[in-house]
Amino acid sequence: MEAVSAAQIIFIVVALLTVATTFLVVTVRNLIHAALWLVATLFGIAVIFVLLDAGFMATVQIVLYIGAIAILIVFAVMLTRRVMQDVGPQSNENWWLGTIVAAVFFAAISTLLWSIRWPALPGAVVGDTVLALGRSLVDPNQYVIPFEVASVMLIIALIGSITLALPGKQSE
Amino acid sequence: MPELKIGDLLVSLYDILGWSLSLLGLHSSAVSVLQKIVSGFVLANFVMLTPIFTIWVERKVAGRFQDRLGPNRVGPFGLFQSFADIVKLVIKEDITPAGADKVVFNIGPVLAVMSVVGIWAVIPFASTMVGTDMNVGILYSVAVGAIGTLAIMMGGWASNNKYALLGAFRTVSQLVSYEVPMIIALLVPTMLAGSMRMNAIVAEQQVWFVVAAPLAMLIFLISSIAEVGRAPFDLLEAESEIVAGFHVEYTGMKFGVWMLAEFVHAFTISALAAVVFFGGWRGPLAEQYPLLGVVYFLIKTYIIYLFLLWIRVTLPRVRIDQMNNLNWKFLVPLSLAVLVVTALVDKAVPVGASLGVRSLVLFLANVALILVSISLLAGFSRKLQASENISVDSG
Amino acid sequence: MSSEWIFVGIFLILAIIFAIIPLVLSRVVAPRKPHELKHQTYECGMETVGDTWIQFKAQYYIFSLVFVIFDVEIVFLFPWAVAYKQLPFFAVVEGVLFILILAGGLVYVWRKGALDWV
Repeated sequence: MEAVSAAQIIFIVVALLTVATTFLVVTVRNLIHAALWLVATLFGIAVIFVLLDAGFMATVQIVLYIGAIAILIVFAVMLTRRVMQDVGPQSNENWWLGTIVAAVFFAAISTLLWSIRWPALPGAVVGDTVLALGRSLVDPNQYVIPFEVASVMLIIALIGSITLALPGKQSE
Repeated sequence: MPELKIGDLLVSLYDILGWSLSLLGLHSSAVSVLQKIVSGFVLANFVMLTPIFTIWVERKVAGRFQDRLGPNRVGPFGLFQSFADIVKLVIKEDITPAGADKVVFNIGPVLAVMSVVGIWAVIPFASTMVGTDMNVGILYSVAVGAIGTLAIMMGGWASNNKYALLGAFRTVSQLVSYEVPMIIALLVPTMLAGSMRMNAIVAEQQVWFVVAAPLAMLIFLISSIAEVGRAPFDLLEAESEIVAGFHVEYTGMKFGVWMLAEFVHAFTISALAAVVFFGGWRGPLAEQYPLLGVVYFLIKTYIIYLFLLWIRVTLPRVRIDQMNNLNWKFLVPLSLAVLVVTALVDKAVPVGASLGVRSLVLFLANVALILVSISLLAGFSRKLQASENISVDSG
Repeated sequence: MSSEWIFVGIFLILAIIFAIIPLVLSRVVAPRKPHELKHQTYECGMETVGDTWIQFKAQYYIFSLVFVIFDVEIVFLFPWAVAYKQLPFFAVVEGVLFILILAGGLVYVWRKGALDWV
């Protein structure tokens, strides 16, 4: 019982830190600081994956979100903005509408989460989870079509982003 | 009391530590956490103190390569030079430039050290001696290494210096670019071993993976050198262009910590290459006497380290466009080709074939790939030369 | 949470502490004689002109865009590589197809000239 409670304490601390850093992301004035707080949030989520015994997801979270997407965000901020300090007001005149939408959305999701009868866990997964994931990704009866579609979608994303980001030849 | 075995000394000590802690009446989970703290402390000490020696090796060997003596004043053969340097760095005044973002400025070097030292948590020193043998070992090493990129970005940005920021941009674009071929190269041994567990990868290497995947090894080494940012890929701190790059504003020990991270990183990639491609702790009698495995592992690591050093002192620095072209137009396509060829050829070998035959077939496939890419490169260079001649004639 | 990750957590915290120790040591031992000139931003002895945090070349951004896409794709391949030994031939071909689509993306970016440093 003691090990469980230790894991729970870690979870509560990490979850609170994650929420706190998320709050900082949207309130901090300095854009790079906001990006760095976002990194802290993403790291907190990686720790939560670890607590769920999803080691592969945790490493993927760090490789992709901290190693790639956070860098991309920092680059985007640095390369597109002339100033790092946001001097304008933090919210516009529609802030009350945003609040209502967010509150309704939050209420809807939480009622949904409470009302679902969660299936009982079938116990810990036996064997190597990464191995099972790899087999199911290319199994015709399971996820092979999403797997290949994901690759095509990534190519579409690549083409789209390059088209948008690449300076046009005629404009030079 | 657990018995003390010389061949497996560290594991015995680990058990004895746990046994004596449990004598104190501690709960078993507390004992295991304390054991982990102590073993982690020992491992971290090993990793952090290694540069004291490798820096001396590096300066001595680089000196010999360049027809100099290298450090030879402090202690026998200049062995204590590194200690003198440490004392110098510690007692130097630490200056934080005005306008720097102080918190981010200080976090940068600390995160850089964390990211390279963290990799050692999964590196097996022997069959029984590994920090933690998790099922995502290889990917973990990539993930922790990726945090280092962020650390450099933070350091360069927080310095409030144009050279530093430019250096950080160069660094990050280089590091993220070379991460692609590095990860693809790591996919090949993962595929051959059927696991991302570091110890399983070593255990599968009755024939070292360098035989079955020589190209993947070369791609891994080249892109790892770029990841460390050493010559010939040291354009992120090109003195003649951007002074010292991202750490231009760092002084005293803070600069020392950046350097420490770099030297630990160089040693770490040698260790990774030794584990993934050169059989790690494998060697005669290593399975019976794990302590012998540690010796083999360290010998292999140091040989690879010397090889990297050789490259460092031999090759001139590349330009930034050459750096990008080498990665995206050569290493990435080549690594994808290696991956596809390995996947198809290894399946084409009959199931019953022995490991030696399998490795030999893969080796031949790699040789064929090398020949194809060399002939492509030769054709490309002929075309380049022809176009240059034309432009010279017309000009 | 498995014990493997407890070790990783402990080890990463230890690594941070080990990196902080020399900094603290230097703070205790090193002299501190602040001077206005010392704290100037280094720029070959000249006063810095304008803001440091200025806009940079967008080329860096394009490379990191390409990198993100490739990174996502490669990470997808790791479970496939782990399962590789137990996969039938057609499943391996599916993985190869995935890689070839990825290679197609590389060819596209290359032809488009996004990989040229200008």
